[in-house]
Amino acid sequence: MNIIAEALDGALVVRLGEERLDAAIAIQFKDRMREITTQPAERVVLDLSRVAFVDSSGLGAIVSVMKFLAPARKLELAGLTPTVDKVFRLTRMDSVFTIHPQAPAGQIPHAV
Amino acid sequence: MLCDGASDRLRLGAAAPDLPPDGFHAVFAADPSAVRVALRAALARFVRQMSADEAGTMELVLAEVLNNIVEHAFAEAGPGQIELTISRDTLGLLCRVEDDGAPMPNGMLPAGRLPSNAVPVDDLPEGGFGWFLIRDLTRELSYVRDGSRNLLMFRLPLAG
Repeated sequence: MNIIAEALDGALVVRLGEERLDAAIAIQFKDRMREITTQPAERVVLDLSRVAFVDSSGLGAIVSVMKFLAPARKLELAGLTPTVDKVFRLTRMDSVFTIHPQAPAGQIPHAV
Repeated sequence: MLCDGASDRLRLGAAAPDLPPDGFHAVFAADPSAVRVALRAALARFVRQMSADEAGTMELVLAEVLNNIVEHAFAEAGPGQIELTISRDTLGLLCRVEDDGAPMPNGMLPAGRLPSNAVPVDDLPEGGFGWFLIRDLTRELSYVRDGSRNLLMFRLPLAG
């Protein structure tokens, strides 16, 4: 799974470099997020700008990550592409997350 | 993420009864990688006839329907096959999905109510979105159990 994390201004920015977050990789995504977020940070910002598609399994996996980070840490989302944004709006999960138009730019070139 | 052999198990363009020449028909294994291949092929077939938003909706609905079949209809039955037929008419895309897995619980489509998000973080729903999305985004949704087969039909409305 193409996923990288970097610490930026007190936040851990996790950039997911997969075109799809769906049933085929949802469990793997949760496991990788558990490993990555062992490094300390108050906020975790998940950069989804490279993700064109999230299905209900992917959405459930993101909610699950939010739950295991809570209450000590907050999961925020950034860079939702149109179809991903639609899934969050239709399921009203857009009201559960803080959603940023863009993730903070970092030092590491974005994985392609 | 595509496994080797996934495309071998996908038969595209196999003769389907009563299918107009501009339609789509595929028979494929009920597993996640074959579902991805079929989904991609179905989208590629119609993507030039719809907006980006409509293409996103089509991908989402088909992914939810097909993944449900893999995860539930074949959860205990083991490997099986899915048959997907899509035809275009003036109102949109008419989709027909058949499988020989287990029937829907009580022989009925799930209600698909959106789980509440007005709850503490620990109680937020991690599932139950699939049938809500399918019901919300499709029209003329119907399900019948025909002998040993499930038959799901719905329309994806298109503006153009």
